[in-house]
Amino acid sequence: MADDSVRSRGANHTRRATRDAAESYLSHHRKVARDSAQRLWRTPLASLMTWMVMGVALALPVGLLLLLGSLQGLSAGWESSARITAYLEQTLTVAQARQLQLEVGARGDTAEVDLIDRDRALAEFRVSSGLNDALDYLDDNPLPHTLLVTPVELNRHASGVERLAAELEALAGVARVQVDLGWLQRLNGMTELLGRATWVLAVLLGAAVVLVIGNTIRLAIESRRDEILVAKLVGGTDAFVRRPFLYTGLWFGLGGGVVAWLLLQLSLWWLNGPVERLAGLYRSDFTLNGLPFDGALALLVGAMMLGWLGAWLAVKRHLDAIEPGVPAGS
Amino acid sequence: MIEFQQVSKRYDGDHLALKQVNFSLDRGELAFLTGHSGAGKSTLLKLIMLMERPSAGQVVVGGQVLNTLPRRQIPYIRRHIGVVFQNHQLLFDRTVFDNVAMPLEVMGVPARDIGRRVRAALDKVGLLSKEKMNPVQLSGGEQQRVGIARAVVNKPPLLLADEPTGNLDPELSADIMQLFEQFSQVGVTVLIASHDIALINDLGRRTLALDHGRLVAGGQPLAQGGGHGR
Repeated sequence: MADDSVRSRGANHTRRATRDAAESYLSHHRKVARDSAQRLWRTPLASLMTWMVMGVALALPVGLLLLLGSLQGLSAGWESSARITAYLEQTLTVAQARQLQLEVGARGDTAEVDLIDRDRALAEFRVSSGLNDALDYLDDNPLPHTLLVTPVELNRHASGVERLAAELEALAGVARVQVDLGWLQRLNGMTELLGRATWVLAVLLGAAVVLVIGNTIRLAIESRRDEILVAKLVGGTDAFVRRPFLYTGLWFGLGGGVVAWLLLQLSLWWLNGPVERLAGLYRSDFTLNGLPFDGALALLVGAMMLGWLGAWLAVKRHLDAIEPGVPAGS
Repeated sequence: MIEFQQVSKRYDGDHLALKQVNFSLDRGELAFLTGHSGAGKSTLLKLIMLMERPSAGQVVVGGQVLNTLPRRQIPYIRRHIGVVFQNHQLLFDRTVFDNVAMPLEVMGVPARDIGRRVRAALDKVGLLSKEKMNPVQLSGGEQQRVGIARAVVNKPPLLLADEPTGNLDPELSADIMQLFEQFSQVGVTVLIASHDIALINDLGRRTLALDHGRLVAGGQPLAQGGGHGR
């Protein structure tokens, strides 16, 4: 309605006005962001409580995910040592066994094939079993020739090894094939279950975080009711009125993410010593993995998004309900 | 500037707050709105500020028909309407300056312009020296003047006042009225809801009188003047 621009200077005026508007929009964002952060600092105890609640709720699933990652690394390590033992028919001669060794070794999916002929097997058994005297009573060597087959790296997982084992078993001259993958499959099954449980937990705790922030923002909205009314009266848009609360949600999220990260680092430091000692007893180099830099960043960003979402829900639900009405007169 | 065409407002149930109200105010006109409590003064102001929508008829402000205006357009209309309340609606968690600056911040006025314009508005109401104070520290009359400064800081073409002198003694009331007259002289349309009959009679301006939702007087402009816009 009020327009004081002179027509000949219109274009210039418009361009400057656009730049001014963009500038003041940004500076307003900065101001609101700063102001809402300062508001949180002004009530440090209450803010800290909210941050702690968020931190605990976020640290739990993220910690479990880290543990899961470590376990998967562990089982992958063990899988790579998977070998197949193929016992050959008793009737095979050493020459035939060598022929079979070459044949299996020529396959694309085997990396290494060792032949342990029956004499060597007996000799090893003699040494390792301590049944030296008893074995002397045997007329024949009861042990078969044995092929130790290592799959190519690509196939060193449960299903690849199983397929190779089945194909070897079908070869003529092979009596029996043994793969000890049962415990590995059980471990894989358990990590998968743990993984799914962790995601369920993550979703539930994420929802809890959103609700906690939503409730906190609702209280903040109530305490700034007058300000909201006046802002709406003088022509503040919904976006303008919402902005401080959305920033508050973001800062709650950031604080919660930082607390979660600190909790994780602390627990890791606390657990790592005993874990390494235990792994040492099993001759394993298993360690708990910490949060890498990009993971920590993702945690912070994710926490901020949850905070923002909680604030947005509260704002949507409660802010639109605050509408000015003339309080006096009539 | 303001035009009411056969406007009725019915609240829940059968209560008719306004019945077929017709009037129009020109640019730069200053008019009073009177009536006993419950006569519909507040409803009429609420319709102009888009706090309520009419049940029937048309409300036109600044050439814009408000009936069909989408909700998200409301803030942009309100930026062209300054409002002064009886209880001034100031915020006590910030300074006088920040209170007056609110309409400008809402509009996205650059920070360097805000200072200049807020001080101009405070100067206008004679409170330039108190910009850093909290409104709590001010007297009732001063608080009301801060409210006026806030209402005019963005130079709206329309100024509404709801019982602006309700809590003030006659001398202060006269001061406030003088301010409103000054605004109307520079082309601002001013509509003041009041039941301070003595004050209204002193000024001899056009007076819209409501009685049980009906406009019973002042529907036509005064013949002997008061319309500065013509």
